[in-house]
Amino acid sequence: MPHSSVLVQKRSVSRLVAITSSILVVGLAGCGEGESGGKGSLIVATTTSTRDSGLLDVLIPAFEQDSGIEVKTLAVGSGEALELGERGEADVLLVHSPAAEEELMATGKAGQRRLVMHNDFVVVGPAGDPARIAGKPVAEAFAGVADAEASFVSRGDDSGTHSAELGFWEDAGVQPGGGWYSETGQGMGATLRVADERSAYTLADRGTYLAQPGELEILVEGDPDLLNVYHVIDMTAKAGDRVNVDGAFSFADWIVSTEAQELIGAFGKDEYGRALFTPDAGKTEAQVEAAA
Amino acid sequence: MDVIWDAIRDAIRLLAGGDQQTYEIIWLSLRVSVSATAIAFALGLPLGMLLAFGRFRGRWPVLALVNTGMGLPPVVVGLVVTVLLWRSGPLGDLGLLFTPTAMVIAQASIGAPLVAGLSAAALQHVDPDFRVQMQAIGASPARALWEVAVEARLPLIAAGMAAFGALISEVGAAMMVGGNIAGETRVLTTAAVLEASRGEFALAVALGLILLTVAFTVNLALTTLQQRGRP
Repeated sequence: MPHSSVLVQKRSVSRLVAITSSILVVGLAGCGEGESGGKGSLIVATTTSTRDSGLLDVLIPAFEQDSGIEVKTLAVGSGEALELGERGEADVLLVHSPAAEEELMATGKAGQRRLVMHNDFVVVGPAGDPARIAGKPVAEAFAGVADAEASFVSRGDDSGTHSAELGFWEDAGVQPGGGWYSETGQGMGATLRVADERSAYTLADRGTYLAQPGELEILVEGDPDLLNVYHVIDMTAKAGDRVNVDGAFSFADWIVSTEAQELIGAFGKDEYGRALFTPDAGKTEAQVEAAA
Repeated sequence: MDVIWDAIRDAIRLLAGGDQQTYEIIWLSLRVSVSATAIAFALGLPLGMLLAFGRFRGRWPVLALVNTGMGLPPVVVGLVVTVLLWRSGPLGDLGLLFTPTAMVIAQASIGAPLVAGLSAAALQHVDPDFRVQMQAIGASPARALWEVAVEARLPLIAAGMAAFGALISEVGAAMMVGGNIAGETRVLTTAAVLEASRGEFALAVALGLILLTVAFTVNLALTTLQQRGRP
């Protein structure tokens, strides 16, 4: 700020100068701090279900400790995760949207797609079960909901769960829509709560359902179609120059290692009395389906 | 209603119980939003001065544009900054996406028009003769301008408070450019959204209460500064 020698309110001027400059110093100091390895770090894009269940809080610190690589985890819908991977904005993906994953593999921008684990989807709904779907195969259950025009809440967010849901409507031969069908555009936790408030049906992964107490009950489970399979996909330099190829490969390698698979298999036993995910590294999808 | 009581209890427990994670989140929120407010002020005040006293063609449309900018949706700003900072974007070399710096950039962009618009109004409110008189007694134009700013310090500090309040409470841009990464870019607002999405409502409201406490403390300091020497 310019100074001349006029003696008008000199004190307040110097005070204001002091205040402004100290604000700026604080501002700039705040800017520089805490930027460790913005470039070298590894960006893992994964789904909200792995975060909301708490699995990431176990896996990521363990990987960081083993590898010394700093991880930035983005928990987004599978659709966004795959898009970030294809653009080279994320280095490695842990996702559960098989059809979309195969599309990504077909672009040739990804390295390997490896099976990591599975859990299962469950169809949940109000205890009264107005559409009488309890115990039915999933396609029949969906058809039943549509016939009864019972309230159904969809994720509507292009996530893995959403694409699984759309697949079940197709199996049921139903084009969902109308007053009974609503989309939240939000994560699994939020969607479950909306369904709970409205006493509506929804499709959920078991982990998030268990992690979130509510009034809804499991009505359909155990159908092989309800398998929710997670793959890890490491991106390559073909997706973008700045992809951390080595880090991505290390992460993908690590998550299918015995150590990580044991962590996955044990996760949830303390809190829910049962594991939330089944480790599947090395198996084929057919083997996983046969076992279910 | 239980949630509210639980929230109050949780807030006290988190604040008084020395929960390290909570302190880190509070500190990051303050660092990001205070920095962004300071930068918004450093950019917005000169622009506000120009709009208040400059005599150039197109001043009114620019003023209207700035006033529109006072209502910039944080999520849109966040999206634009994200695209610019993408690895494949024009500023990708900087490697800033998902860092606190990116959050400061986004929030400063939201705050600058707010400060500019409010300070232009504040400065124009000072009697126009005041600046003329200043120059008549020998002050340089720049000095006279500064004296007008001093004269308008009350509404100018209020502009700062408005900007800080808007920035520390915004969630759209912080979520988009920061990514809500635990221990790195998680601030009070994004943490509250996360806890709400997990169904931890009491904890989410508790974080909101902590946010209000932090904002109150900062505003108390600024108000003390603003009201000093007044009855």
